[in-house]
Amino acid sequence: MTYTARLRVWRGDTGGGALTDYEVEVNEGEVVLDILHRLQATQTPDLAVRWNCKAGKCGSCSAEINGRPRLLCMTRMSVFEPGETLTVTPMRTFPVIRDLVADVSFNYAKAREIPSFTPPPDLGPGEYRMKQADVGRSQEFRKCIECYLCQNTCHVVRDHEENKPAFAGPRYLMRVAELEMHPLDIADRVADVQDEHGLGLCNITKCCTDVCPEGIKITDNALIPMKERVADQRYDPLVWLGRTITRRRDRPARG
Amino acid sequence: MIETERHEYDVVVIGAGGAGLRAAIAARERGLRTAIVCKSLFGKAHTVMAEGGCAAAMGNVNENDSWQVHFRDTMRGGKFLNSWRMAELHAKEAPDRVWELETWGALFDRTPDGRISQRHFGGHTYPRLAHVGDRTGLEIIRTMQQRIVALQQADHAETGEYESRLRVFAECTVTELLTDDDGAMAGAFGYWRESGRFIEFSAPAVVLATGGIGKSFQVTSNSWEYTGDGHALALRAGANLIDMEFVQFHPTGMVWPPSVKGILVTEGVRGDGGVLKNSDGERFMFGYVPDVFKGQYAQTEDEADRWYTDQENNRRTPDLLPRDEVARAINTEVKEGRGSPHGGVYLDIASRMKPEEIKRRLPSMYHQFKELADVDITAEPMEVGPTCHYVMGGIDVDPDTGQSRVPGLFATGECAGGMHGSNRLGGNSLSDLLVFGRRAGLGAADYVAAAGRRPTARTGAVDTAAATTLAPFGPPERGTGENPYTLHAELQRRMNDLVGIIRTEAEMAEALEHLGELRRRVRDVVVEGHRQYNPGWHLALDLRNMLMVGEAVASSALTRTESRGGHTRSDHPGLDPEWRHRALLTTCVRDGGQEHGDVPRIAVERTERAPMRDDLLALFDLTELEKYYTAAELAAHPGARPQGGST
Repeated sequence: MTYTARLRVWRGDTGGGALTDYEVEVNEGEVVLDILHRLQATQTPDLAVRWNCKAGKCGSCSAEINGRPRLLCMTRMSVFEPGETLTVTPMRTFPVIRDLVADVSFNYAKAREIPSFTPPPDLGPGEYRMKQADVGRSQEFRKCIECYLCQNTCHVVRDHEENKPAFAGPRYLMRVAELEMHPLDIADRVADVQDEHGLGLCNITKCCTDVCPEGIKITDNALIPMKERVADQRYDPLVWLGRTITRRRDRPARG
Repeated sequence: MIETERHEYDVVVIGAGGAGLRAAIAARERGLRTAIVCKSLFGKAHTVMAEGGCAAAMGNVNENDSWQVHFRDTMRGGKFLNSWRMAELHAKEAPDRVWELETWGALFDRTPDGRISQRHFGGHTYPRLAHVGDRTGLEIIRTMQQRIVALQQADHAETGEYESRLRVFAECTVTELLTDDDGAMAGAFGYWRESGRFIEFSAPAVVLATGGIGKSFQVTSNSWEYTGDGHALALRAGANLIDMEFVQFHPTGMVWPPSVKGILVTEGVRGDGGVLKNSDGERFMFGYVPDVFKGQYAQTEDEADRWYTDQENNRRTPDLLPRDEVARAINTEVKEGRGSPHGGVYLDIASRMKPEEIKRRLPSMYHQFKELADVDITAEPMEVGPTCHYVMGGIDVDPDTGQSRVPGLFATGECAGGMHGSNRLGGNSLSDLLVFGRRAGLGAADYVAAAGRRPTARTGAVDTAAATTLAPFGPPERGTGENPYTLHAELQRRMNDLVGIIRTEAEMAEALEHLGELRRRVRDVVVEGHRQYNPGWHLALDLRNMLMVGEAVASSALTRTESRGGHTRSDHPGLDPEWRHRALLTTCVRDGGQEHGDVPRIAVERTERAPMRDDLLALFDLTELEKYYTAAELAAHPGARPQGGST
């Protein structure tokens, strides 16, 4: 079934911009990115849109469709009514570069602030032994394609530029959880996740989980368990005492 | 004078997929100042799309596996055309490269005793692929991305700067390599995609890791970045390409709806028990086992099904023949009228495994079909057909160091040639990029240490490169101006129709004619707008590379008058031993009478391959080698010597 769709696409750059109306042909099975590509090929050759794999695996084509954060390549036109006007805008939380392309360097800066995987010093390559049940938790978080839709939707930073320095965002709080739950990571990450990466700012509204194209349960499986570990460490007097005494000793791997 | 930002590095790596990142890690670990330049954002490269796994003979699931078995499988898969030295290094070093990833934080799926699990794949004798569900490439690229961040953190601790020794230049395209007056590597020139501003790197060593050429074809599993940049850059800098006629069409791409046609369906579906069926419900692969593989595959469905649980007493299913065989079989089934409604065949896992098991083992496939095609793969079969997936041909390099014939120019990963011969086995590309990414990084480091000087780019080279880059903004000299999107679509259609899975002399000649016409039209390409993040302009520049590479493929395919692996000539259907020891080299024609700014012409010439070392040749039975080699080549095989010979 072929029809003509009405699109309003944000065109502009750092100096400002506006929604521009277009009419574009749509064929059966197409996704929003196909329609934007058709726009480029037939009407606006310089329309800037970031994309790469067009298969939902690389997380490049993040934008907002009718205000909802989505991957352009995984949003089928059939989820909208043919008569509906689609509004396509760049991710709002990050500075715009041009048209639908946002400057996502915030995320790369945050990634560098998370201390890397720290294996036991005496464990050589080929000697790693881990149970599937134990790696499964971190594996869920490693499904992340770094589309930054969770970062974009999180209300802590979405309209609050002032929170950005102190807040790593769901993607990188989840990265801390991933390392914390890695069976062979020996670093203690619990204090930092609260003090350095801003876990305390998260009030578990689950918006991040809601927009995750990989269906990762960011809030339930990463953020809440980290909050629990912070609570255990900070507010349980026995644990606090024990940790103070053994602070500088390596912690055994969690089972 | 056009303003250009300048940077000095010891090593510049072009491409940030698995091979480029592994090369950069190796160079940085040697203490060299290293730049990574990539067209996309850091961590988005095509490697994320690799699904099934990374082949390495660790023997975790079947302890009979060894580097020798992996080496033999690789050579068989490539129909004995591979660089045997690369295949040897690859088989020997792959396990160490996989284990190393674990020390950087990779989390592969596990065996019950806690080691890295390994899965079956086409052409591999034993379960050999380390994997993470069906998203292995993502795990590998993320692990190396995080390793690079770890190295930057170490530099930050030492110098106060994250980027003091290792910097990623993301969304930055290299359009030309720079050489000195003696032809040695001196650096690279390109532009920032975001601003359109020019950038020049001065470096004695450049590592190309730009991936493949799939975007020259209409139906492909490749992302937009795969425009053959490294192949074309290397040609223009004076390096050779080898084996460009060999292009892999993956047998199972999605075929419906049209907007997703070509997207990959992992071989892991078949590795885990999925089977191919035609419209009659017949498992047709049993009828397509070629002579060279007779006796190595099951002959009945019962035996094939028993093999999944008992590999000692049964032979593997022909659904897991090497990819070239399966792609041709599907092509034939469809052509003879036994295809599915949308021109593919059926891939059925729904009737062979419980829904929960399918979702656990193949989560991305479940997701991909559900969301893009409204197909529930746990309840109904998938429709699949061949899709352009990988180019075996690439830059001709020294197997041990990755150096091309241009001093200081290295290549690794898909853009390098030789390793996979005429057909790559699934799982061998992730291991390839780890093994040879590291080797190219070390090769570049050794070269820089030995060279002891910084070559200077030829006078005027940067201005020429800048002028070529800006040409599409100028008014056309003739006619009305060409649209880059139109030319790209035309190129893709011609390559798909004429230089696809099955080829003939007439079609190759026709393809070359069309490519010549496109070469003329590309001179008149005009782009609208300005230089800031302008995809029309970016495509206009990438087109030049796609055209050069397209000509390399079509010219090589025209010259090789036999069928082998990823090159099938219906007018020369047989395997010809006289062609096994020959290789086709593509070179750039320097003074082809072209005008300034034209896409340079290429030429194809024949050369001889180095004979395999005797101890490696002895790993194969003479009877098997006789299917591929001439008698004269086998005179040195132990089996060919008379009993009791004393020499």
